[in-house]
Amino acid sequence: MRIVWFIVEKEFRQIFRNRMMLPFIFLMPIFLLVVLVNAATLDLRRIDVALVDNDLSQTSLRLTGKFEASDIFYIPRAYTSLEDAFDRLQEGSVDMVLNIPAGFERKILREEGAQVQILIDAINALSAGLINYHSQAVVADMNRELLTGVTPESAGAGAPAIEVSHRQWYNPEMDYRIFMYPGILVILVTIVGMFLTAVNIVREKEAGTIEQLNVTPVRKYHFIMGKLIPFWIIGMFEIAFGLLFGALLYNVPVEGSLFLVFLSGAVFLFLVLGLGLFLSIISTRQQQVMFLTWFFMLVFILMSGIFTPVESMPGWAQQVNVINPFAYLIRVFRMIMLKGAELAEVQGDLISMAIFAFIVLTSATLLYRKTAAG
Amino acid sequence: MKRFAGFVIKEFLHIFRDYRTMVILFGIPVAQILIFGFVITNEIRDVDLAVLDMSRDEETRGITERVEASGYFTIQKRLESPGEIEAVLRSGTARAVIVFGQRFAERLPGEDKAQIQIVADASDPNTATLVTNYLNAIFTSYEMELVKPSPVPHLIETQERMVYNPNMEGVYMFVPGTMAMILMLICAMMTSITIAREKETGTMETLLVSPLRPFQIIAGKITPYIVLSFINAITILLLSYFVFGLPVHGSLVLLLAQCLLYTVMALSLGILISTVSNNQVTAMMISMFTLMIPTILLSGFIYPVENMPPLLQWLSYIMPPRYFIEIIKNIMIKGTGILFVWQQTLVIAAMTVVFVGASVLNFKVRLE
Amino acid sequence: MEKVIEAVDMTKKFGSFVANDSLTFNVGRGEIFGLLGANGAGKTTAIRIMCGLLRPTSGKITVAGMNVYRQAERIKRRIGYMSQSFSLYEDLTILENIRFYGGIYGLPERVIRRKSQELAEKLDFWRIRNSLIGSLPPGWKQKLSFSIAVMHRPDIVFLDEPTSGVDPDTRRQFWDLIYETAAEGITVFVTTHYMDEAEYCERVCIMADGRIEATGSPADLKELYGAGSIDDVFVKIARPPRG
Repeated sequence: MRIVWFIVEKEFRQIFRNRMMLPFIFLMPIFLLVVLVNAATLDLRRIDVALVDNDLSQTSLRLTGKFEASDIFYIPRAYTSLEDAFDRLQEGSVDMVLNIPAGFERKILREEGAQVQILIDAINALSAGLINYHSQAVVADMNRELLTGVTPESAGAGAPAIEVSHRQWYNPEMDYRIFMYPGILVILVTIVGMFLTAVNIVREKEAGTIEQLNVTPVRKYHFIMGKLIPFWIIGMFEIAFGLLFGALLYNVPVEGSLFLVFLSGAVFLFLVLGLGLFLSIISTRQQQVMFLTWFFMLVFILMSGIFTPVESMPGWAQQVNVINPFAYLIRVFRMIMLKGAELAEVQGDLISMAIFAFIVLTSATLLYRKTAAG
Repeated sequence: MKRFAGFVIKEFLHIFRDYRTMVILFGIPVAQILIFGFVITNEIRDVDLAVLDMSRDEETRGITERVEASGYFTIQKRLESPGEIEAVLRSGTARAVIVFGQRFAERLPGEDKAQIQIVADASDPNTATLVTNYLNAIFTSYEMELVKPSPVPHLIETQERMVYNPNMEGVYMFVPGTMAMILMLICAMMTSITIAREKETGTMETLLVSPLRPFQIIAGKITPYIVLSFINAITILLLSYFVFGLPVHGSLVLLLAQCLLYTVMALSLGILISTVSNNQVTAMMISMFTLMIPTILLSGFIYPVENMPPLLQWLSYIMPPRYFIEIIKNIMIKGTGILFVWQQTLVIAAMTVVFVGASVLNFKVRLE
Repeated sequence: MEKVIEAVDMTKKFGSFVANDSLTFNVGRGEIFGLLGANGAGKTTAIRIMCGLLRPTSGKITVAGMNVYRQAERIKRRIGYMSQSFSLYEDLTILENIRFYGGIYGLPERVIRRKSQELAEKLDFWRIRNSLIGSLPPGWKQKLSFSIAVMHRPDIVFLDEPTSGVDPDTRRQFWDLIYETAAEGITVFVTTHYMDEAEYCERVCIMADGRIEATGSPADLKELYGAGSIDDVFVKIARPPRG
């Protein structure tokens, strides 16, 4: 075991010697985390509308007034022709065109049923769906008012009414930051740890020092442990610092036990750092291993369900997530930190990660050859 | 000039001889666009729900069927008592629970309103909001249909048109973003790491004492990668067109020219990164932290820029992919011409000039 | 004399290329044994097999009384190795390198400290002990690599082209170190393509194209081939007179 310690000591010396790297290892992740967590929202804050009102009646003004009164629609100006308004949509300065044709009020008064046209820039299908939803809500509201206004008796007894109420559990403020924070933290910690472990052994191969180590009696698992532990320690520190900043700045809660959070982080780090070492052992050049690591990391990150919901992914992708370390950890962190889950509820995921880590580290150890066959 | 040509040819041979790296450089973008094109979508599809129906009447059954038939949701579980809600949300069996109040059908026509409660797992607020909105829309349309047969048909009807993307395809949003991200990262990483490697192994010093001028060295290094990246860009465009059905409504020539400009910009950024790094690992780390995570989060790739807090919107102006995504959407999907994207084009061109200029300056400093 | 290395028909093939073709030789305890040959003659392959870095294709090889096929890891405790490229960590200081390799060989803290002091006096590096290896001139790195390779007092030390690319003066100093080490009872196995260095060895093997062409003490070989120097011997072996 003393030998492991000597390797750990040497790795730490080398990490701290490259002054240029230190800010990237310690400051950059926390800084990016604190700033970028604010970006990860799908909340629609404002919808810019180009209005074409060719009716200019009391009713049409009432309708546009209703749009403006909602705190989400903004109508910077009205256009006389649909073409002009459509150009604004084309250049992307508005999200939607609201077109009220002439004769709108007259049709309503004659009880013929009037139409308004809503053109939505649907390149972002999700936003388009939300814009449509919000517009429909305004129009439905207007309809209800018109109904009650025209036939007051029907509103009281005749109109069916469903009252929908909402409850938001585990995050009543709907603060997206406390959901994103642990996830982005994990990503940044992994970028640091996985890249550094992945290039580590390849660098020794390129420098020729691996050969010197291979003629020493150092045992393979001592070598792997010695390479793993320094980055594991750095990773654990970063998780701790990240959570501390999260709690201070954004009130990121830890509903469950803090110990369980660190336990899951510890198992996860063994897994991803093990993957880094594994890639390092099978690669011969830094460039190769960097691209390979980047590839796996990006695939794992984007498939993990942190940025987009897992359910929306095709079946095969959901199956791939069985071997995706990020998918496990993000689920476990969310469970413990936001829902206050206990060990019993997350132990399945923890055990899977541990088994996976064991497999990865064992294969790394076996694939690392002190004696070349060829 | 002859010396320069020889240098460029040497660089070409150097890169294309290493076939393992070639496989990686050409294989990774293809694999990534295929994976991400299929996987990254924020459409709501088959989201798991649970239902607690305390009325069990015709109306609640009707609404439940409507929810299931929408395709957005799958009813995973029917609960018997409110006590079970906690368990299904906590374990993640359901993202939300629909609770129908008692005597639902009976209360529906009367003053005494029929009650529905949506209990959402808001630990993921983004998805929770979507789920709630989609459910609300389903309930509203059900309600409106109940209203319709009433004797007063004089209502406002909306006629909505989904411009540019009538089928509401998720790929229209995510494929351009994926293109921007992959091209940016692969180009910048490729150049920054290669040049940092030459600095590490000392071959760069040999070049710096050669009679080639710093600008020629940079140009010579970048030329093979421009070819390589442009091939990657075309591959990605072909995949977007044939696999993901993204249209090309605008001019193809303009589209290709824009791709070329963007890759040159990314390559020069790579060179700039290499001039400030002392070895390959540093170059890699700078690329990752300044490009990967900010591109995912700040460029409008997944999260629309206009939803972000003002500070971050402002920060997103320095993200090159942001402009490229706008250009791609304009040319491919909206079919607009240079008149609509000249500003974005100019920004990318200006960025390229700044990156190249800063790199040359850095090289000169090292020479003196 | 006790044999510390015995190789019988040692063969290594890479695909159809035969790098070592039935090498048979032995090395006695405390000897300075030289393996001579041009670049590509198969010297490095042979040394790598004996150090347990490469698995031989066939042949019977024992190092320090142990079989290289089955006891490679045990052999590694008893040998030292210095490769062509100086395998010290460029971003660590002299003392840090000594400490690391000492630790890897399981030397106790106390011994590591004592060895560091001894080496500092012997090589006179105390005032630059905290300089990074990367900043040292090649001659320094070589002497240091060698000293670190024998720090754990191995039975045999393998030196692969230890003096390539340094000036004659440093080479002489380096050979002084080798003699001191051999005097302490450590067997020295050295490869080189400098034929004049062969004169420093007690016994040499001359290799060409993967085969051993001649074995013996430098004096015997010169007599056998009727040559004035080992260089001439080598020329006669490598380019036999046309006839």
